[in-house]
Amino acid sequence: MSEVVKTDIQEQDERAAMNAEAQAAVDNASNYEFGWSSDIEQDFAPKGLNEDTVRFISDKKGEPQWMLDWRLKAFRMWETMESPDWAKLDIPMIDYQDAYYYAEPKAKPKLNSLDEVDPEILRVYEKLGIPIEEQKVLAGVEGARKVAVDAVFDSVSVATTFREELEEAGVIFRSISEAIKEYPDLVKKYLGKVVPMKDNYFATLNCAVFSDGTFVYIPKGVRCPMELSTYFRINAENTGQFERTLIVADEGSYVSYLEGCTAPMRDENQLHAAVVELVAMDDAEIKYSTVQNWYPGDEDGKGGIYNFVTKRGLCQGKNSKISWTQVETGSAVTWKYPSCVLNGENSVGEFYSVALTNNYQQADTGTKMIHNGKNSRSTIISKGISAGKSDNTYRGLVRVGANAENVRNFTQCDSLLLGDTCGAHTVPYIEVKNPTAQIEHEATTSKISDDQMFYAQQRGLDEEEAVSLIVNGFAKDVLKQLPMEFAVEAQKLLAISLEGSVG
Amino acid sequence: MLKIENLHAQVGDIEILKGLSLELNAGEIHAIMGPNGAGKSTLSYALGGRPGYEITSGSVNFDGQDLLELDPHERAAAGIFLGFQYPVEIPGVSNLQFLRESLNSQRKSRGEEPLSGAEFIKLAKEKAGLLKMDMDMLKRAVNVGFSGGEKKRNEMVQMGIIDPKLAILDETDSGLDIDALRVVGSGINAIMRKPDKAVLLITHYQRLLDLVKPDFVHVLAGGRIVKTGGPELALQLEEEGYEAVAA
Ligand SMILES: Nc1ncnc2c1ncn2[C@@H]1O[C@H](COP(=O)(O)OP(=O)(O)OP(=O)(O)O)[C@@H](O)[C@H]1O
Ligand SMILES: [Mg+2]
Repeated sequence: MSEVVKTDIQEQDERAAMNAEAQAAVDNASNYEFGWSSDIEQDFAPKGLNEDTVRFISDKKGEPQWMLDWRLKAFRMWETMESPDWAKLDIPMIDYQDAYYYAEPKAKPKLNSLDEVDPEILRVYEKLGIPIEEQKVLAGVEGARKVAVDAVFDSVSVATTFREELEEAGVIFRSISEAIKEYPDLVKKYLGKVVPMKDNYFATLNCAVFSDGTFVYIPKGVRCPMELSTYFRINAENTGQFERTLIVADEGSYVSYLEGCTAPMRDENQLHAAVVELVAMDDAEIKYSTVQNWYPGDEDGKGGIYNFVTKRGLCQGKNSKISWTQVETGSAVTWKYPSCVLNGENSVGEFYSVALTNNYQQADTGTKMIHNGKNSRSTIISKGISAGKSDNTYRGLVRVGANAENVRNFTQCDSLLLGDTCGAHTVPYIEVKNPTAQIEHEATTSKISDDQMFYAQQRGLDEEEAVSLIVNGFAKDVLKQLPMEFAVEAQKLLAISLEGSVG
Repeated sequence: MLKIENLHAQVGDIEILKGLSLELNAGEIHAIMGPNGAGKSTLSYALGGRPGYEITSGSVNFDGQDLLELDPHERAAAGIFLGFQYPVEIPGVSNLQFLRESLNSQRKSRGEEPLSGAEFIKLAKEKAGLLKMDMDMLKRAVNVGFSGGEKKRNEMVQMGIIDPKLAILDETDSGLDIDALRVVGSGINAIMRKPDKAVLLITHYQRLLDLVKPDFVHVLAGGRIVKTGGPELALQLEEEGYEAVAA
């Protein structure tokens, strides 16, 4: 199934060349500046975190009692927990009482199409350079490709498109708040099943205060007729973002889900603690792609988002497959390990990651591949790029259970250093309880050579263009896993994120 | 087109070019020959503006402007192309992507419109055809896994696509098989032998000069041009060696 999505590197190049004009349009569109915020009115939960905050959120969303009970249980659990120790991360204490836990744009009626979205919000998207308009432009240029956008502005979904076509296919694509009301049985069945409530400090916090997010259900045998996409934005000062995503792919189904985000400049540190749960049944496949560009803080390390995310996929059925692709350029601090629990026989887990850090950014990211099923296989390709005074750590676990025969894993971790003041670390954990497993791990660390720089500059690229080209080449194995329009966006992001790191 | 006067260049503390002077006019092809370590590649790097190659005195004028004032990519945009003695690998970046971005960057700094994807592919196909290189090679990463000869041929495809005013070709013939040498020779003629272009051909062997006939032959030794002549000088060098001729 993956062949359908995976574009051959050469074909992609040719397509890329042919689509130069389309790209130029995108390039222009995505040429945004940081440091800007809109003034849409917010409806806030009172500052601080206590049971009343939790009740406020649940009430705001008109949730059923079972959901409130679940949240309260999580909150009480969270109160007894301690913040994890920070491994390679160095961050100040977070004052959880000094933040808001809920904000939504002033109440507006539900909209049926993007045309009805508040023009101010559309302008936000436009300015951020990943506008919904661009999706349309691209869709036009690329022909039949469609992207369904469930736009999450701050905490509440303000628009959902392509809903009808999805409904015809039987696909459920809803904000999680809607799904809780419309499909309570499905939500109840899976919520917290992949990432248990008690999983970790931030996951538990998310259970208590999650504001919104996305729910997707693909029924048996259905190939989702379009890429599903959600753009997350943070746009309210001091508002923690607690998104909750749940995707269930029933037997023999397929879905590709795109998640992207950008945040305007803020002085305050902002906490983001999302939880994403994926479930793939027999012969089902989920492809989850992220381009993450939360505000990373300024050159001096001031401000920026704290991004503590728990993402986990359960390959429950035989021959199921879950593939994570991420391009991480943002956040002051990233703590994120999209993982696969491979319970199904012949199930496949994949993790493709580019993590770029510049200035004072810190990233501690990687994956866990938990092999419980026979003949389960996993591939990990991690590309870390460090510049400035940043620190970039790959942390990965490959675990093979005692009953999992013939497991295979291949891990490749490459680090690219720009300059002498940044750090790159690779921390692989391998736990094998079955002797038939074949585990391969390769790691490299390199720098951009003077030869490469001069060669590229001699052909006409300036210094920043040369670095960006070489960095994109380094990340190619991961970028080529992304859907086309995302790949273009990601390349652009890498270039923007490296600005000022050379010379 | 190019006027080098009394050029001194050093790498680290070592002076390598020691008062080199050379003048090329449009429409001319000049060959530079000289013993290993004489400073031929250094000259090409100095002209390309490679960091670490410090010009301590002298001047270089290219098309009426002070070349030494320009950054490497500005020199490229001004029309200078280096064919590298050791072409560099760039993993993950296809030749097509590399060249399209490079060319469009040059065009941008010259105030020209960028080539569209379709226009670029057409151009690339034409130049690859000229050098008898398979388009599939151009879709591969820049020089990665290319044989020595393929790399050199690739340099010439790049030259064809970029279409410079002045090409400085550093031992482009070394590593080429007999047939490839012919293809490259006629490629250089087709691309560069024009009234408004010039070539500086760095080589050790007459065989390339049989195909790309130089108007002048210079001997570079000890960081200087020590002798200049016509095509016959190359033949004489081949016969007698540098010691005898340049002494
Ligand atoms: N980066 C460097 N560091 C130290 N020495 C250098 C450096 N670059 C060049 N040199 C020295 O400068 C001298 C000239 O080198 P250059 O490469 O220009 O010679 P060449 O004429 O091109 O020789 P060949 O015919 O072997 O290619 C050599 O002695 C070389 O060792
Ligand atoms: Mg040389």
